[in-house]
Amino acid sequence: MIRTEELLLNVGPQHPSTHGVFRIVVKLDGEVITEATPVMGYLHRGTEKLAESLNFTQIIPYTDRMDYVSAMTNNYVLVHAVETMMGLEVPLRAEFLRLIVMELQRVASHLVWWGTYLLDIGAMSPFLYAFRDREIIINLFNELCGARLTYNYMRVGGVKWDAPPGWMDKVKDFIPYMEKKLEEYDKLVSGNEIFLARIKGVGQYDAATAIDHGLSGANLRCTGVRWDLRRDEPYSLYSRFEFDVPIGHNGDCYDRYLVRLEEIRQSLRILKQAVEQFPSDGETMGKVPRVIRPPVGETYVRIESPRGEIGCHIVSKGKAEPYRLKFRRPSFVNLQILPKLLVGETMTNLITILGGIDIVVGEVDC
Amino acid sequence: MGAWLNEPLTWGSALILFLWSTVFLLIVLGFVTYAIYYERKVIGWMQLRIGPNRVGPFGLLQTVADIFKLLIKEDTIPRRADRLLFIIAPALAFIPSFTVLAVIPYTEKLYFADLNVGLLYYVALSGITTLAMVLGGWASNNKYALLGGMRSAAQMISYEVPLVISIVGVILLSGSLNLRDIVAAQGGGWFWSWNLFPQIIGFIVFYIAAVSELNRTPFDLPEAESELVAGYHVEYSGFRFAFFMLAEYVYVYAIAALTTVLFLGGWHAPAPFLDFVPGIIWFLLKFAFIVFSLFWIRATFPRVRVDQLMSLGWKVLLPVALLNVFLTALYLELFVK
Amino acid sequence: MSDEEKENLKANELTEQQEAMEPKQAPPPIDAEREAKLKAAAEARAARAAAKAKAEAEAAQAELDTPKEPSPRQNDLERYVRLIEDTVGQGTVKESGLNELNADMPMLVIASEQWPEVSLLLRDHGELRFSYLRNVSGIDYETYLEIVYFLLSLDNKQDVAIKLRTDREAPSVPSATPTWSTANWNEREIYDLLGISFTGHPDLRRIMMPDDWVGHPLRKDYEPLDSEV
Repeated sequence: MIRTEELLLNVGPQHPSTHGVFRIVVKLDGEVITEATPVMGYLHRGTEKLAESLNFTQIIPYTDRMDYVSAMTNNYVLVHAVETMMGLEVPLRAEFLRLIVMELQRVASHLVWWGTYLLDIGAMSPFLYAFRDREIIINLFNELCGARLTYNYMRVGGVKWDAPPGWMDKVKDFIPYMEKKLEEYDKLVSGNEIFLARIKGVGQYDAATAIDHGLSGANLRCTGVRWDLRRDEPYSLYSRFEFDVPIGHNGDCYDRYLVRLEEIRQSLRILKQAVEQFPSDGETMGKVPRVIRPPVGETYVRIESPRGEIGCHIVSKGKAEPYRLKFRRPSFVNLQILPKLLVGETMTNLITILGGIDIVVGEVDC
Repeated sequence: MGAWLNEPLTWGSALILFLWSTVFLLIVLGFVTYAIYYERKVIGWMQLRIGPNRVGPFGLLQTVADIFKLLIKEDTIPRRADRLLFIIAPALAFIPSFTVLAVIPYTEKLYFADLNVGLLYYVALSGITTLAMVLGGWASNNKYALLGGMRSAAQMISYEVPLVISIVGVILLSGSLNLRDIVAAQGGGWFWSWNLFPQIIGFIVFYIAAVSELNRTPFDLPEAESELVAGYHVEYSGFRFAFFMLAEYVYVYAIAALTTVLFLGGWHAPAPFLDFVPGIIWFLLKFAFIVFSLFWIRATFPRVRVDQLMSLGWKVLLPVALLNVFLTALYLELFVK
Repeated sequence: MSDEEKENLKANELTEQQEAMEPKQAPPPIDAEREAKLKAAAEARAARAAAKAKAEAEAAQAELDTPKEPSPRQNDLERYVRLIEDTVGQGTVKESGLNELNADMPMLVIASEQWPEVSLLLRDHGELRFSYLRNVSGIDYETYLEIVYFLLSLDNKQDVAIKLRTDREAPSVPSATPTWSTANWNEREIYDLLGISFTGHPDLRRIMMPDDWVGHPLRKDYEPLDSEV
């Protein structure tokens, strides 16, 4: 009998497919993983500690830098938490703008995922197609708030900038364009034999495991659990719109892929309705005290980010700064299942599974 | 060329042979330079990019600049690497890639070595490059490189088999291992007398196995950058790295030329009335098309997984190639004899 | 039209546009009419403020007068408390209440010794089924440390927050990881940043900070070992 030595392989923190500075130490038997230990903290900036000495408006830019692929939803969870605590009314126009940018952000974020995931699997071209379309969204954001990635757009009580003239028409034009492109992507990739062979049945888990590990977003829905905070614990204006919550059945990478693609479609559906109902005029900033001091107490709010449930737990002592600010980061929680999924898989599947979970390291490490 | 090879080796003829091969090396280097440029342009267009357009007119000097950069770069050898093997490996990868070109005939008159076992020579020598990759991967003392080297060994060994067997049909049809004879046997008018059509199964198997031999997408597992960072050449830099890249592109040249010779009728025109066009033009057109198709595939496909690659090689390609040999033999036995 | 004329015309247009766009600067308040206007406005403001204060006072009074509508979630809270006390034992729930700031989410403070038992009950009891752990937060209240588990029942669409308290000197609470795998990394993070040790945790190591880090950054009295960093 041949005895083979175990190989300890250090994947990351500098590795092309760990999507940032994520590191995982794997024990390999040949190319089969026998043990995987994720190591985090390379991008830990102590956001929660920093926040304790900043006022709430100053914290907003820090949230941009958590999930930098989906900064708008991060903005929202913070301002939403403060508004919940203070019982603030947000003007309708501002809330519409927030919802529209959040849904655009979801489309952009899923496009980034789609492109990079295929790049992980070895297909180069879809990456560039996805980034072409994401560019349109980013340009829209750029027009809206002057930034392409870290928007710092929302404020407690409203949004910083009103939509410039003609902006909403551009959003309106974007929706059919993206729908058409989505069909194209489906044709280009979803049926590719090699692609299917690579991701079908890989990284499979059932609903009970997903719930036990607290997975959320597409990672939870791919197992057949129909749970979407936009529908089940509606916040913002989501109860006004009609949309479906796509689910998968097998809980493998392929289902996660399909769920995310369908989510883009549903986001476009929401956008279409939102653009139609968008109030033609109104305030973009509600009546907010000059210094934002939430009352003594605590609150936990959660919204559906592209990666899952992003939550914000604020403990306030009635000061302008939070006493304690804790973010529930979906990437961090979703990633926990990774070591369990990797045992018995090959090196190649490591990349497939890690990519399928869709993490942003800025959010994992916070 | 052939005439000099048959003469006794004197200082004079040795010098001539040396000069000829130098000229040829320069041609091949020219090909590699512009194959890389062409690949980057083609893939750029397919991916909605422009591709290189800064260095020289239309970016034509981009690759020259890249190679120059590689040449002046610091040559690093990892401290714990096996120095000797580490140094030998790039040369060992390149030498066979260049030597196999000796047997390729371009036209009836233009060829280098008229070897009776030309095909065998090609297959035998090209296998050595695998050895270089394993050596390079092993000598680097890097785990990613080792995994890449091992993958390339496994892959190239398992694909060499269907590759060779898929050509057996061609050999049966033309009754020779000499590449010139094989082309000559495909002559005689229209394009359907090329081996491509009677040997369509063989061609498909050959093409897939050839892509795999070249380590190109979708079979670029030894250097799968999203998994193994860069595979066997992860520790190489400067001109040593350039040698590995050079070997890879020279093999693109070799495989494209071989495919043209074996299946696309070499220098023959597709129709008799097109005979006035010189054979070299036809050869180059077919050759360029094969090269293009390799680049095209690279822009289109995702990468297969190691285990899938192995099962494709052994469970699909090999039986199909064997079936092709059997069918060809049956056809020859029943209809030709 | 000569080129010069064209230029002039363009320049005129530009200045006109600029003037149109810029809000007219308010002239200094010299004339009497304007002063009177300002005075009137100030009076109106004062009157409005007075009216507002009065209305607020009335509203506050009204709030005191009418007892608050009991929250629909009051029943849930009582049910949870009863279930826990009945099954695990009296005195397990130290405090309970609804968090008004958070859509009346029930919050229970549990005696930490009973936590493993309570967690299993919360997860498995047919009426509760809090199978999903959303979030774990650790808070340093300077006199004690608190860990909050936010639970969710996907079947009943109900949520609850469970709090554990521990002293600052040798903080230790039982881990919830055997019940919910989600707690694993969350508890490691709290261990790392607040220094609370979770007994029964399978893999209690630092997660964000380097392994040789001194101190727990999220403590309120945290002093960096090297202030330069």
